[in-house]
Amino acid sequence: MSTDHDTNEREYGLLAEFTNPGAVFHACEKVRDAGFTVWDSHTPFPVHGLDKAMGLKRSPLPWVVLVAGLTGASLAMLLQWWIGEVAYRMVISGKPLFAWQPSIPITFELGVLFAAFASVFGLLHLCRLPRHHHPLFSSTRFERVTDDRFFIAIESGDPKYDREQTRSFLASLGATAVEVIEDRDVD
Amino acid sequence: MGGSHTKTWPSPADLTLPDSSGWNKVPLIGALIGVACIGAAAAMGWTSGRFAFAYLTAYMYWLSIALGGLFFVIIQFAARAGWSVLVRRVAENIAATMPLFAVLFIPILLNMDHLYHHWLHPDANDAVLAHKAGYLNKTFFLVRAALYFITWTGLALFFHRQSTRQDVDGDIRHTSKMQAMSYPAIALFGLSITFAAIDWVKSIDPHWFSTMWGVYYFAGAILGFFALFGLLTVMMTREGSDLFHGTVTTEHRHDIGKFTFGFVVFWTYIAFSQYFLIWYASLPEETVWFKHHLAGNWEAVGYVLIGGHFILPFLFLMSRHMKRNRTTYAMGAVWLLFMHWVDLYWNIMPMYVPHGAPADYHSHFALSPEDILTFVGVGGLFFATFAFLLRRQAIVPIRDPRLGESLRFENF
Repeated sequence: MSTDHDTNEREYGLLAEFTNPGAVFHACEKVRDAGFTVWDSHTPFPVHGLDKAMGLKRSPLPWVVLVAGLTGASLAMLLQWWIGEVAYRMVISGKPLFAWQPSIPITFELGVLFAAFASVFGLLHLCRLPRHHHPLFSSTRFERVTDDRFFIAIESGDPKYDREQTRSFLASLGATAVEVIEDRDVD
Repeated sequence: MGGSHTKTWPSPADLTLPDSSGWNKVPLIGALIGVACIGAAAAMGWTSGRFAFAYLTAYMYWLSIALGGLFFVIIQFAARAGWSVLVRRVAENIAATMPLFAVLFIPILLNMDHLYHHWLHPDANDAVLAHKAGYLNKTFFLVRAALYFITWTGLALFFHRQSTRQDVDGDIRHTSKMQAMSYPAIALFGLSITFAAIDWVKSIDPHWFSTMWGVYYFAGAILGFFALFGLLTVMMTREGSDLFHGTVTTEHRHDIGKFTFGFVVFWTYIAFSQYFLIWYASLPEETVWFKHHLAGNWEAVGYVLIGGHFILPFLFLMSRHMKRNRTTYAMGAVWLLFMHWVDLYWNIMPMYVPHGAPADYHSHFALSPEDILTFVGVGGLFFATFAFLLRRQAIVPIRDPRLGESLRFENF
């Protein structure tokens, strides 16, 4: 994120267009093998195995969800114990002030609720969402990503990025078009 | 996807049981062990009634796995599943052992006086059982048992025959027929397993009320099936003697692992729901069951179930890696198969009262040789029948229209 207001344009990276899933799949394997790290692929529908072709690591999200789920379950048990034994010591239909049996449903529900929140908000965080603009949206060509075109975008922040060399590299992978994307600050 | 372009598939002829396979010996060995063990157990515990209860436990255990196999086959066609085609024949063979269980029901019929004497010979003043006599009487019991076996055997053999005929003629209409049959089959299966569980286990204690019992047995059955199914898949795809020649991959085993994990939770959900509602309502006709099943050292077995049937496998099988790794998954599956037996044992055995026991007899947990012998015996006959079916045709539905989908299957 640039705080430099003198220049309101800088290079975001290169966008390469492909016409079919097979082409983008094999191009991703080559980009991965060339050692690029700051890049992404964009397709109109899920392409099976693309995560492996891109060399993506497994998401840390399951661990976040596990911790959140256990936290929710523990808090629920604690809450019900506190209500029954401390805050409202009332005997209802002859049951103990606190018992684990009737506490299970709420423990389960709060565990699930925390886990669900963690997975949704964790996903948004890991995807860096929400955001109101992305530099790729400045490309009219990119509009077809929701229809019938497949894209690879390599960002200028990648250590191996070099505008001309990377451009010819992408073209050599069978891209039908390669364009430079500018990162325009939105006023 | 990446490597699959260059993969060469085995020819259909390779996907039959080779003559060198150890499975060829299982029919004979299993049958011998089965007859010997059941015979020994019967000789030891016939008069005391111990054999009747031990046998019922073993019978309900292996029956549950065959029923689980039938349910799996049915839902594959109802869901038009593609991933499972390669391993489906294993489940079809497990389900097709059903005629064996119709025969193995005979010892239960011979021991009805031990097992079901509460409602066969009710106390004259027992108003509750007098009220239930329209359902719990010997004639209707036998008619229902016949109906269950007709339903299960009919369904299991229907799916098995259609699928194996497709191996020969490759006709896609077999798949259409099985899909059309799968929807009524779900309803027939659900009703028959529920009432069979009520008739054969719950009616031992005929005063007890639980609307959860049928689905409780179902939950354990499906879990037991998936554990054995996954274990068989691991065994049959062992490196060096892979009967599937590399077609069944980690991806298929992973999916069976996910089902196993899911049904650990489902069993727990059902088991807890039954316990929780009875605990909360605290009605004598319901709590009396737990009074027996948590009496003495049976309570400890109950705690073993909470820890061993839920907490331990839940944590152990949660991770993707544990489900995909052969050794860890096989460990989990063996443990769950053991726990499924403990579960049925805890459900049935506390109701055993030795013949001629004093009126103040208190049931307690004590393993007897009959318990083990019947488990091994019925299991031996089950595996004998399974292996007999296994070598009769290809171990994969080689001309199923969704076979290609299964060959290319990959988890995200």
